[in-house]
Amino acid sequence: MSRLLAKALVLVVGAAVIASCSNGSTTSTGNKFSGVTVRVVTFTGPQIAEPLQRRAPDFEKATGAKVQVITVPFSDLYQKVLTDFATKTNSYDATVFDPQWMGDYVPPGYLEDLTDRVQNDSTLQWNDIAPFFRDFSATFKGRVYTIPLDGDFQMVYYRKDLLQKDGLQPPVTWQDYIAIAKHFQGKDLNGDGKADYGSCLAMKRSAQSYWAWISVAAAYLQSQGTKQGAFFNIDNMQPLTNNPAAAAALDVYKQLSKIGPPDQLNNDVGDSRGLFVGGRCALSLDWGDIGTLAIDKTQSKVADKVGAVILPGSKQVLDRSTGQLADCNATLCPYATNGVNHAPFAAFGGWSGAINKASSSKVKDAAFAFLSYMSAPAQSSVDVTIGKTGFNPYRTSHFNNLDTWTKAGMSEQAAKDYLGAIQASLQSPNMVLDLRIPQTAYYQQTALDTALADFLAGNGSVSQTMTRITTQWNAKTDEIGRQSQLDAYKASLSVTK
Amino acid sequence: MEEEDLTKVSGYVSPHGFRLAASSWRPVAARLDRVAGSVFILPAVVVILGFSIFPLLASLYVSLSRLSFSEGGVELKFVGLGNYAKLLVGIDHEHFLGLVGPATVWSTLVLGAGCALLVFLLYRYARSADRTAAGLAGRVFGAVVTGVLLWLVVNTVLTSGRPGTLVVTIVYVAVDVTVQYLIGLGLALLVVQHLPGRRFFRVVFLLPMMITPVGVAYLFRMLTDTDKGPLYPIWAHFGLTDVSWVTNAWTARLAVMIGDVWQWTPFIFIVLLASIETLPHELVEAAVVDGANRLQVFWRITFPLILPATSTVVLIRLIEGFKIVDLPNVLTNGGPGTATESLTLHAYTIWRALDIGGSAAVAYMLLILVTFVGVSYVNLFRRRVTAMT
Repeated sequence: MSRLLAKALVLVVGAAVIASCSNGSTTSTGNKFSGVTVRVVTFTGPQIAEPLQRRAPDFEKATGAKVQVITVPFSDLYQKVLTDFATKTNSYDATVFDPQWMGDYVPPGYLEDLTDRVQNDSTLQWNDIAPFFRDFSATFKGRVYTIPLDGDFQMVYYRKDLLQKDGLQPPVTWQDYIAIAKHFQGKDLNGDGKADYGSCLAMKRSAQSYWAWISVAAAYLQSQGTKQGAFFNIDNMQPLTNNPAAAAALDVYKQLSKIGPPDQLNNDVGDSRGLFVGGRCALSLDWGDIGTLAIDKTQSKVADKVGAVILPGSKQVLDRSTGQLADCNATLCPYATNGVNHAPFAAFGGWSGAINKASSSKVKDAAFAFLSYMSAPAQSSVDVTIGKTGFNPYRTSHFNNLDTWTKAGMSEQAAKDYLGAIQASLQSPNMVLDLRIPQTAYYQQTALDTALADFLAGNGSVSQTMTRITTQWNAKTDEIGRQSQLDAYKASLSVTK
Repeated sequence: MEEEDLTKVSGYVSPHGFRLAASSWRPVAARLDRVAGSVFILPAVVVILGFSIFPLLASLYVSLSRLSFSEGGVELKFVGLGNYAKLLVGIDHEHFLGLVGPATVWSTLVLGAGCALLVFLLYRYARSADRTAAGLAGRVFGAVVTGVLLWLVVNTVLTSGRPGTLVVTIVYVAVDVTVQYLIGLGLALLVVQHLPGRRFFRVVFLLPMMITPVGVAYLFRMLTDTDKGPLYPIWAHFGLTDVSWVTNAWTARLAVMIGDVWQWTPFIFIVLLASIETLPHELVEAAVVDGANRLQVFWRITFPLILPATSTVVLIRLIEGFKIVDLPNVLTNGGPGTATESLTLHAYTIWRALDIGGSAAVAYMLLILVTFVGVSYVNLFRRRVTAMT
């Protein structure tokens, strides 16, 4: 009897499984890519991975292609994907990564050339993407290799309500930033009876912190326009990390490390964002994320209290002819506003999707369709307004349609402030491009990051830190080849002389 | 004579001839018997060679090369000892060895005492009756290496300098294993007493070992957060909310060490507990009858009898301890600066930037260090304990 029951049970369960499987396959309305699986690798997130995971089922319904999102920690992403492609393991068909790394991915031929595809895809609306992201983030030596999914500029956020109450203006220079931060440090900003912080920054090692130092240094280092470059001398590839401008930036950075939460040195961007939208900080420096997280009702206590401005600047900049800091004038700082040189930093360049050249053509088609779907205005205009996606505006339509922002919960004024700060950076002729040469990951993520972390921890003076960064950068440049690195650097700045 | 003639008849084989044939086969058979063992274990040896020795040699080669990606594959360029030179005298030496500060009273005292101890031990061996030339040479080598490491530790830790990843790892191992042993032994002695609830505590004390090290690291990250962690009320009570564990080099290292001690003490505890529980009761009873007090019973009977277990468990913890990586990586990311970075984490951070040769060089330095410590320990301590018991 029990055997009969067991058999009946097996039959029923088996039938149910078959039914559910067949049901599953017939629910797909689109079948253009039916049976194709695209394996996309990106970082753990939750930002960046979240929108990919959320939209993958919809894409599957529309096209039949299954998208598997694989995540790895940010600090592992560069080498994990590169070694996978190099060793021909090819366990990933596409990657959503840092376009700065193209210098290592494109020359060995690991990435699919997308130039023709992006031009021929009408849903992608390629020309709606802001020129900077199209021509710099997505392009390497004249060919398109990535589809931008995110627009990245660092800027400064401030608590509008607090500054107004105390009659303070948003920071214009880094000295202003420090003064405002000191003013609020230790005061109770959110009414919980606990002392809060003047400024919250991410300063943790092996995380996404080192860009903040470049954001500070940029104002002192680059004043003559984007093609001047802020990392190396474009005549001899000597690093611009051992001069009074870099020293001034280190000094500011050290001061900032002391005006903030006690464990600031162990805070990553997730921590500093949490503190800011939790109402515990007067100022912060971040990508576009705080702007959208501030309107996320589930975690924000500062909705409509946040203002955003272009990165603070400096009244003194590096005079490359003398190697000294000099006051801004019309020749030295042609793009200065009221004598203050601003150098908005396109840190990172925005998460972008690229396709593994070694995947089969059907999979590559599906991968391209997925990335195009993610970037298309219908999807991206919603995603850039959601804080947890980590995606920031990068299309002209994102900047022009205020409706999507007000629908997402931003007041019109806040949206104008936020988008205005990004646009001011985007349109600046003195924008600083992030480094994009072979082994960028070593220059920034290893050498610079470790030296800065040691400096903040009190290991090494300003001059020792500058010497250390410079020596390590020079050693790496010589190891790879000074001329080839110089060529790559100049190409990344579109310098043709 | 007749037999000799018979031998000329074709097909005839004398009984003696059989003996001759058998005796000529015997060495072959004996040899087969002898090599059979080897033949049977050959597959296992090949597998071990393939999985253990080959990667070791391959990584040795990688540590002597520089890896780069080129069209269609990977290029390994031989650079000789370049990666090692980078660590010892080149751009990464501050990271690896640390920064030596000017001598202080303490550093001089400790270094002097350490060197005097090494010289005394060498002198004692040289004067002992069972000394051998090889033993003396080995000990001189050991003493020189220990002296150099001691110099490095003392001059980076007890001065205004700062320790590199090599010294930090040595400090982790020395402190962690000592503290783990003392606490583990104490707990084991406590649990063998006939106390109420000892069975319960026996299981509870084992729990930390069952948690994955990354879990432990996250746990300690929460506990050391003075601003919002679960221990916030305690920090607030003592006015410590503005003090951070992880922004000061030594408190950050302390946090890592507390985590490691918490996780691995149970391992020492369980081994020593098993050892203590199997001790013969007669000896203790006899000693008690003879009027020995508890301390004497411990020092004269329990401790010597658990020495073999002690020496094994300490050796295992020493070797394991050198490989610490999860805790500093998750708890502090090696920070502040490079203060909490262990050798394995150092290798990992270099590897992340795809300097695979440099990373392999760090890993080899670690291997050399672990081998040196392990071999010295076995020769000087463990063998003596085994002989004694």
